[in-house]
Formats: sequence, C-alpha cells, structure tokens
Amino acid sequence: MASGDIDVAYVAKLARLALTPAEIERFGTQLGALLQHVDALAELPVGDVPATAQVIPQSNVARADVARPSLDREVVLGAAPRREGPYFRVPRIIGEAGEDAAPAGSVRAGEGA
Amino acid sequence: MILEGTAREIAHAVNAREVSAVELADAMAERIAERDGAVGAYLARTSELARAQALRVDAAIRDGKTFPLAGVPLALKDNMCLEGSPTTCGSKILGNWVAPYTATAVQRLLDAGATPLGKTNLDEFAMGSSCENSALGRTRNPWDLGRVPGGSSGGSVAAVAAGEATVALGSDTGGSIREPAAFCGVVGFKPTYGRVSRYGLIAFASSLDQIGPISKTVEDAALVYDVMAGRDTMDATTAERDVEQTSLGLREDLRGVRIGIVAEFGLDKLEPAVRAVYERAYADLERLGAQLVEVSLPTADYGVATYYLVAPAECSSNLARFDGMRYGLRVERPDVVATYEATRAAGFGDEVKRRILIGTYALSSGYYDAYYVRAQKARTLIAADFAKAFASCDAIACPAAASPAFEFNAKSDPVSMYLMDYYTVPMSLAGLPSLSVPCGYVKPAGAAGPLPLGLELSTPLFAERSLLNIAHAYERATRHLEAERIPLLSSAVSA
Repeated sequence: MASGDIDVAYVAKLARLALTPAEIERFGTQLGALLQHVDALAELPVGDVPATAQVIPQSNVARADVARPSLDREVVLGAAPRREGPYFRVPRIIGEAGEDAAPAGSVRAGEGA
Repeated sequence: MILEGTAREIAHAVNAREVSAVELADAMAERIAERDGAVGAYLARTSELARAQALRVDAAIRDGKTFPLAGVPLALKDNMCLEGSPTTCGSKILGNWVAPYTATAVQRLLDAGATPLGKTNLDEFAMGSSCENSALGRTRNPWDLGRVPGGSSGGSVAAVAAGEATVALGSDTGGSIREPAAFCGVVGFKPTYGRVSRYGLIAFASSLDQIGPISKTVEDAALVYDVMAGRDTMDATTAERDVEQTSLGLREDLRGVRIGIVAEFGLDKLEPAVRAVYERAYADLERLGAQLVEVSLPTADYGVATYYLVAPAECSSNLARFDGMRYGLRVERPDVVATYEATRAAGFGDEVKRRILIGTYALSSGYYDAYYVRAQKARTLIAADFAKAFASCDAIACPAAASPAFEFNAKSDPVSMYLMDYYTVPMSLAGLPSLSVPCGYVKPAGAAGPLPLGLELSTPLFAERSLLNIAHAYERATRHLEAERIPLLSSAVSA
C-alpha cells in the first residue's frame, strides 16, 4: 500500500463533487494524513483471511412477489426540487449541454453523447 | 415532579392515570422551550405530533389499555424518519424534506405509547464525534456549555442529560451513541448489528449502522430495547432469531461473571485523573463479585484504520443517492453531471466530503484491493479476536472514550477526531452489543463543573440480556453522578 499522493481532483470527479482549488489542496493534505494512518494495516497478515462484509450469520431473504401498497405518488413527487406532471423534471441527460431538458414525456432518439 | 422520573416510573404513572400523557407532553414542551436555547439539543420540535399521540394514548388508557412506554417523552436523532416531520441529517442537502413514512424503530416506540417531542441535532449524516459537524446548529454539553456533547448523537444525549427528554434514540456506526453518552453522563446502548431495524434510518454505513436507546438508567435502555428489537420485513438484515426480553428481572450483583480487561487498552495511556476513575470502576466490578480476567485483542489497535476505510467506502456508496434529482437541494446547472457536482458541493459539509472522497478512493480501480479488501479482511481478524477473548470472559470492560468532553474547536485535525473512536470502533466492526454507563467524573481546571466519564461494556453477539444485567448491577451499586448537579440545571432551577 502506498500512502500520500491522492489525486483529489480525479477522485472528486468520480464522486461527483465540485471542489475549489483551495478545497482540493486542503482535502489532499487531510486525506494524505488519514492514508498514512491506515497504512498501518499493511502490518497485518491478512493473506488468506476471508473478507467480512457483514457480521451476523444471515443469508438472502426473499418474500412473495406480490404487489403491496407503497408511498403515495403525490407525496413523493411533492418532495422533488422540480416536477412536471407525474414526472421528476431533471436537467438534460443526453445531448448538448446548455440546452434545457427535453419536455417531460418526450423521447429524443439518437441524441446520445 | 414525575417529569424528572425514569421512563419506567413515567409509564407506570400514566398507565395508572396519575398523570396524563398530554400533561407530560405539554410540560416537557414547556421545559424544552425554557432550556433548549442554552443547550441546542433539538433541530425541530414536533409538539403537534406529540400532542396528537398523547391524546391517543390517554384515550386508549381510559379504555383499559396499558403501554410499556405510556406517555414517555421521546427525542429522535434527526436521521430517523417520522412521518410528517422534517428529517435533515444535520445537512443542507436534504433541504426542507419532510419524511413521508416512519422508521420501524420509531413506530414501535409510538405503538408502545411514547410521545415524540422533537428531532435532535447530529454530526452531518452521523459523521463525527463531537456534533460540531452539524450544518444546522450547535449543541452544547449541558455539564459545561463551552464543551461538545460528543457525537454523532450529540443532540439526543444532550436532551436526555438536560432533562429535555426522558429517553432518546441515537444511531451508532462507530461509537455515535456510546461516546456522546459518556460525555453527557447518560446511558447509551448500541445493540447487536441487525437486532433493531434500520428501515427509516438514513444510511451512513449499512454494515455498521445500528439504532439504540439513550436514557437515564440501564433499566430504561432495556425497556426501550425490548420494545424496539426484532425482525422487520422492511429490513432484510434484521436478525431472524428471537429477542430475549431484557428489562425484567435484571440482577443486582455480578457473582460468577467474568469481566475481561483488554491488555492493549492499558489505562497508562490516560490522564492520571481519568485513569483513577477507570481503576476504581474496575475495582467496583470486582467488589460486586465479578472476576476480572486479562484478555488480549491484538488487532484492536487497527480498529480506527479499518473503520475509516470500511465506513467511508459504504458512505460514498450510500450518499450517491443525494444527487438533487428526486428530493432535497438542487443547484441547477445546464447538464446533469454539473448539476450533481454543484448540488453535492453546496449541500454537503467538509467532513461528509472528506469521507465520500476517501471512500471513493478506497473503492476505486487500482486501490480496491490495497484498501477496501484489506480493511474487510482486518475486520475478520478483529471479530475473531473478540470471539477468542469471549472464550475466557462474559463481557469486556474498557473506557468509552480516552477523555471527558472537550472544548469546541479542540480537534480541528480530522485524524485526531477519528482517534476519539479508538475504544468504540472495534466493537462496531465486530457487530457486538456495547453500551456506555456513567462511571464517575473528573474536574479539569477551567471546566464549569464535573465532567462525566463512561464505562464501556461489551458482550458477544446477541448477548444483550447479559450486557444489560451487568450494566444494571454496576449502575445500581455505584450511581456516581447522583450527587452531582448539572450546573446549567441548578441555575435554571434557582432562576
């Protein structure tokens, strides 16, 4: 394990976080210090040890595939920052940046980036 | 007045119709209005919901029903959903989001007759050990208003300590119930992972998060746990096995109980005054009939390093849902990725950003094996060390934290804050039931008065009954804080 140099700008891109240059520098220093601390794990003989994802003995749980009442659609949509009719209104996902999102419900085929 | 009573005393009085749930709800709301300006435990008060619930409970009692938590004033950490009330996680990213449903653990307490007085402050998304990472307000330690209440369940412990709630719910991922309970001189109990449903608890690290009670006494913690624990079809990670009732027949001595003292947690690392309190706590356990045995947890020193890879990895995944599309804050930009980035930049505070970054890094291509997988393997070793230790003892005793509550801004370096979790994360990684019970206090120069310390007790998976028994016996025999008045409350009473 190598400590120290974490490319904060790249990781922030993966994490969908916009950071200022000052934040990149500050977080870089702080995360470098944490990585130095966690580097101590390299001392542990973990070779053949199985990884633990959860601690209590439990296997998958299934239930009957039966429709059940759910949250009220109006209540859920009412919490959205923007909505249009029965839809969440979101910014453009495909196509040119800068244009507004397509009208709700319409599909613009072939505009993939 | 009964408002000072324990949950058991209050429920008894309300069931016997000596006092009504509505009277209690009103009196507690009034007290919160008086005191919370100084303490800042609550982010939101839910007086109307409380009153409606209290009216229902009173009506049912008039019809001959009884409830285990009849009329008990309850505070909820604000990462748990209560239908119709704002739920913020102490973050700006949830905006004015109002929960459209109620968490299972909360619903079970409501069904048991408790009265929800409000939502309490926390470190943003439960990430922190001082409550200073809340984006929405400052909670002060009722024992010394210049000090932190601990975290992340800082508001819930401060509410109980200041008498602004009889019991509260917190959540504990790496110590977030136990450390603040120690700092504020109350009981804080994290059950076995999977024992209490996480449905309606906004996720931080799903393999570690657990809801638990905060209370004045161990008996109250047991009472709340009994109501709350057990299988929930809405949370597939809840354990299948039956819940042992813990609140009845708690024993009062420790004869025949073997308590493990962890060699690696030697008290010589502590300040002399703090050390003296824990030496006396261990001696008290022995005096009550327990046999002290030395046990070893060779990997415990790696707990913090392991935790600060596993928990951020899970956090980075869980918090990906806060993208500004379906709820909460949105900072609109021309395209969707820029909107995500701007929303998350504006909505999350620094500690949350740090953990998302470290988690994303630990899970990213090229580092996954070196960090995340290695940490998960270390977790296996830590759990195995506990299993081995429990072959020779029934419970492990150690400090809940290395110091009493510290002053605001005392831990500006993130790693020094992370090291506050030294005594609590190993148990979390192993999923063990663990609690903090008041064990004395120190009076550092400059503090407003005595500052409480907590003894952490932990038992094997699902051994809640044994854990609560031991803690109850210890608490009954010691009652360290009984003679001490919280300065804030003394002046409030005399004013």
